[in-house]
This record gives sequence, C-alpha cells and structure tokens, in this order.
Amino acid sequence: MVADLTTQEKLDMASKIDAHIAKHQHMPGALLPILHAIQDDIGWVPEACYLPISKALALSIAEVHGVVTFYHHFHTHPVGKHVLQICRAESCQAMGSEKLETNVKAALGIDYHETTQDGAVTLLPVYCLGNCACSPNVMLGDDVYGRMTADKVAAIVAEARAT
Amino acid sequence: MVTGFPIKIFVPRDSTALSLGADSTAKAIQAEADKRGIEIELVRNGSRGLFWLEPFVEVATSQGRVAFAPVQPKDVSGLFDADFLNNLTSNAKAHPLNLGFTEEISWLKKQQRLTFARSGITNPVCLDDYIAHDGYKGLKNALKMTSAEIVKAVTESGLRGRGGAAFPTGIKWNTVLGAIGEQKYIVCNADEGDSGTYSDRMIMEDDPFVLIEGMTIAGIAVGANQGYIYLRSEYPHALKTLNEAIAKAEQAGYLGHHICGSGHAFNLEVRRAAGAYICGEETSLLESLEGKRGQVRFKPPLPAIEGLFGKPTVVNNVISLATIPIILDKGAAYYQNYGMGRSRGTLPIQLAGNIKQTGLVELAFGATLRELLYDFGGGSATGRPIRAVQVGGPLGAFLPESQFDTPLDYEEFSKIWAVLGHGGIVAFDDSVDMSKMARYAFEFCAIESCGKCTPCRIGSTRGAEVIDRIIANKGNAKEHDKQVQLVRDLSDTMINGSLCALGGMTPYPVLSAINHFGEDFGIESAKKAAA
Repeated sequence: MVADLTTQEKLDMASKIDAHIAKHQHMPGALLPILHAIQDDIGWVPEACYLPISKALALSIAEVHGVVTFYHHFHTHPVGKHVLQICRAESCQAMGSEKLETNVKAALGIDYHETTQDGAVTLLPVYCLGNCACSPNVMLGDDVYGRMTADKVAAIVAEARAT
Repeated sequence: MVTGFPIKIFVPRDSTALSLGADSTAKAIQAEADKRGIEIELVRNGSRGLFWLEPFVEVATSQGRVAFAPVQPKDVSGLFDADFLNNLTSNAKAHPLNLGFTEEISWLKKQQRLTFARSGITNPVCLDDYIAHDGYKGLKNALKMTSAEIVKAVTESGLRGRGGAAFPTGIKWNTVLGAIGEQKYIVCNADEGDSGTYSDRMIMEDDPFVLIEGMTIAGIAVGANQGYIYLRSEYPHALKTLNEAIAKAEQAGYLGHHICGSGHAFNLEVRRAAGAYICGEETSLLESLEGKRGQVRFKPPLPAIEGLFGKPTVVNNVISLATIPIILDKGAAYYQNYGMGRSRGTLPIQLAGNIKQTGLVELAFGATLRELLYDFGGGSATGRPIRAVQVGGPLGAFLPESQFDTPLDYEEFSKIWAVLGHGGIVAFDDSVDMSKMARYAFEFCAIESCGKCTPCRIGSTRGAEVIDRIIANKGNAKEHDKQVQLVRDLSDTMINGSLCALGGMTPYPVLSAINHFGEDFGIESAKKAAA
C-alpha cells in the first residue's frame, strides 16, 4: 500500500513524522510517545519512520523495529477507516463472545487482522476493555459498546460506515 | 418541592455507562427539558458502580438523590410525564424505573466504600467538588508530617499492593525512602489488563483526583518529584479524564513546584501503554516507560533501588495509590480496623462475566465468594447454575462451587491454591467447557509472553498443544494419562522456572481446571468422584 503513495504523499508523511519526532524526542523515554503520535495522526506506523526515529533517539533501526513490533497496539500496515476490536478475554467468553466473534467475522466477511474490501473496517482481537460488567464487549475507534450481539455490532458498523 | 434553582440531574460519564448509551440518555433528557421549558442542571458524574443498572440517572432532592435506572432515551419523555424531577410525588414514586433514594439501595448500602467514597457522587473533573467531599485532606495532613511519619502511617494501615502481588505498600515505600539518589520516581501501574477487572479504570474516570492526591503524597513521602501514570491504551476515556484532572490540579497548585505553597515539588504525567499485557508486570512496565520492548527484568535489583531510568522508584497499582489519601486523612488505625487476618482494609471487588447484578463492590476483606456471587451478584445472568469462578484475572485459579465459602483474604485464597489478584470475579455458568478455558490460558500466555524466559515463551505454546492432545485422546486412557502427566510436569517447570508471574502463574487456571473439573478433560477418576 505504501508503494501506491505518490511522491507528494510520501513527502507529506515524512514531514508529519519529522514533526512528531521533533515534538517528543526530548522527553525521557520518548519512543512510545513518538510512535503513538505517529499512529494517532497517520493511522499506522510506517517503516519510513524507523530511520528518522533511530537518528533522533540514537537507536539502531532494529531497536525501533523491535519496539514497534512488540506492542499489539501499533499497526505495521495501514488499517481501515474504522478499527473494530472484539474482546476475547474470559469475562466476555463467559457471556458468549466466541459466538459473537464467529458471527461478526461472517457478517464482515473477514478474519482478525484483515480489512473489509471497501477499506472501512479492520477487525482485531483485544484482551479486555475494562467493561467486564457488561460483557460481551467491542470497541469501535475509541468507543466501547457493552452487551453486544452480532446484530448490534452490525448496526454500529453500519452507522460508522455512513459517517 | 421545585425550588428557584434548576434541578440537578446526574447522568454518569464512566465508560461502562457510555457503553450502554449514557450519552444518548443525557442528550434526550436535556432535549426533553428544553422542549418542556424546564430548566435543569445536567451533571455528568462518575458511576456508583451499579453497572447492571446503567445508565443510572439520579435526581437531586432536598432529602438526597433519587435514582431512576436503567434509563434509555425512549424512557425519557415518560419520566417527564411522571414528573420525575419532582420525584417525591406519587406519580414519580410509582414509575417503574424509580429505585428510591440511592443511598438506601441495599446493594450500595451494604458496602464499605473507602477508596471509592466519592465515585458516582462527584463530577470527576471538578476540583471544587473533590475538595467539598473530603478531597485533599490526606495531603494537607501529609504536608505537616515528616517523610518517615507518612511511611509509618502507610505501613501501620496494613495496606498491601492491590495490583495482585499484595506486597506491603509501606515496606516498599520505606525502601525507596532509604535508597540513595537525588532523583526518585513514583510510577502508577494503570495497565489494568486482567479480564474481569475495572476498578482502576473507575478510579481514573470517576475520581481521578484521589489518584493524583495519592501519588503526590507518595512523592512527598519518599522524596520523588516526578510521577508517571502508565495507562493502558484500551482506556481512551480514562486518558482524557486524567489529563483534564491533572491540568486542574496544576492550575490550583496541587501539582507543580510548590505543592500547596510548601517546599515540595511533584509533577505528574500520563504515559500511554501500547497493548501488551506483560507491561502490567512492574519491571516490564519500567522498560516500556523507558521506551523499550516490555521485557521483564531480572530481580534484584528491586525497582525500589534501581527502577525507572535506574533510579529508586515506587511502582504501585492505581487502587493502592488511591487508597493513600483516606489513610492519611482518617489515620492508619481507621483503615487497619477493616479486614481480617493479615488482609487489612477494604478490597474493591469487581463482579463480571456471567453475573446478573454486576458492578463494583467495595468491602472489608473477609466476605465469602458466595456472598459476592449471590447476595450482591444475584446469581448468573443467564439463570443457569454458576459452575466455575475465576478470581484474580487470567492467571487466577478457577474455583468450583465447593470453594465458594472461602473468605476473600489473601492467605485464605493462598491455602486453596488460588489468588485474589486485583479483585476481579468472573463467573461462568454450566455451559462452560473447562478444557477450553485451560487451553485459552496457555494461548493467552503465548500471545502475551515477553519472550525473555524459556518456560513461558515455549511452555505456553507446548501447553496449548498438550491440552489439545488431552481433548483428542479422551477415549485412549493410556495416552490420555500420559498427556495429563505431561501438562503437570510442564506446569511445574513454568511455576518454578519462569521469570515473572505470567509464566509462573498460567498453571493456576490450567491445573485448577484439571483438578476441579476433570470431567471436562475426560478424566475418569474425576468422573467417578463427581458421581
């Protein structure tokens, strides 16, 4: 997908990355704040940021890569417009999350870590959203939805797609 | 009853309330009031923790708040028709959603809310509200005390780490106090990743100033001028609330260079985690804060001696730190007076999973699991019998009904080879397949292992494979026995050979499932014993 970017888009991305590095590089333990800033802005963490980060923080590219890939939160590939996470942890399992996973996957026509063909939704597993009093739960973007059924998830996704 | 002032209506802003539509409910109430030309003051409070009843709406009266719950947007016009704002009238009293005075609801009344004293009562980001409800009294007292006196009070309170390890907080602080170093840190572990737990999130969203106050006191006690809250990335609402509260505390001089005009300095910053369960382990958390892969460190050195950036560091859980203000306000003896045995004070218990009346129950240590599951929880949500309960997150043991009378106490749980952990209780009804849960425990460990030590990194994957073979060999007694023995041997290696609790405790759910629910694994002897 990166290969599809125009030269201008690549330059824009590089300048955004540089700005985030410049803003955060002097914080103690700056790497995670920089990666968060990049992902919040661009939607994922492109490999193009490894070299400038490594220079700014005096790390090797391998070290930056090692950190990015250690954490589940950082996407190393572009994601859809909306990220839908289904909780797979015990409390949600106790309330039927396994069935919910199967049905949502079928409705969206994708498995975990995949994006719908229209680029609207990326589906990810998550392990606890801290909403265990109202299991099963999903999270769309920054919003948690409790006591979910496949129909309710479909309605939330449809609403997100419409916006 | 209607006075000249707009009537206060409370609709929680806690993320569980939001997950059940509290924003829509709040909007509908405001719109309906506007339509009818009624002036109201809509307060977005924290949650009382009666999560099965969210959105939990309250109306202020001269005699206390009256609760209406759960309120969906479709209920709103009916509530106005019943004159719910003037809720001491017979119409309002007769409304099916009217639960009476909030303080009189027995589920709440039976609790001992110390750490959660303000949750649901105040507007979480209103500093004046916090102060009006006993906020910053602990800090005021601490500022009059010496470091050693503060640490002594925390030690005498009997407070033990509420993250799960239950290490005495005062002893940890004393080590940091005695450690030599100009720069020391207070790190709050807010990487609440255990399924079935949400008390940290509630503190941060529903009463963030109490955490800020607790960390400030910790800083003064051990001589640290910088604090970090390491917050899991799955909690975006908590992030916003904390940052808003920190900004307000800074403006009012409760954080910064001269705390309340004293010579003490304390600054606080929230750092976002990035979705790694292992970063709830304190040394891995410190690595992550330093900008590295969250790999577990060898101990010693203890973080109290060489912690963040190699400096002496207090690493405490959210609940431990949020409990400090009440200890400093009311005294060590007041807090120590609650509890049983060596488990002093209260434990915020979180009812989760397949339970009818889920939510936060803060009680002195000593209540039994059965009281929690049935008296508070009201049994299962599905109406089927509760068959297994996992206490203390994904690394906690599964308990069968025969153990439901165990009191919630660190030592009593340890006697039955179980843990209290962070106080999360997840119930399963009789449709659960415990062999699947055992497999999931290994699978989760494999996904979340930091990879540093072999028993955890390799053992978790091999463990899942062995469980698969146990399930596949239910008809082949010889092979089945061999595989069960293999999982026991593997568990032994993981318990004794892992660097941290992830690998070291994954056998708890696995072996407890096999030992107590052998029939799900096709273990013949267990079948006979059950018959």
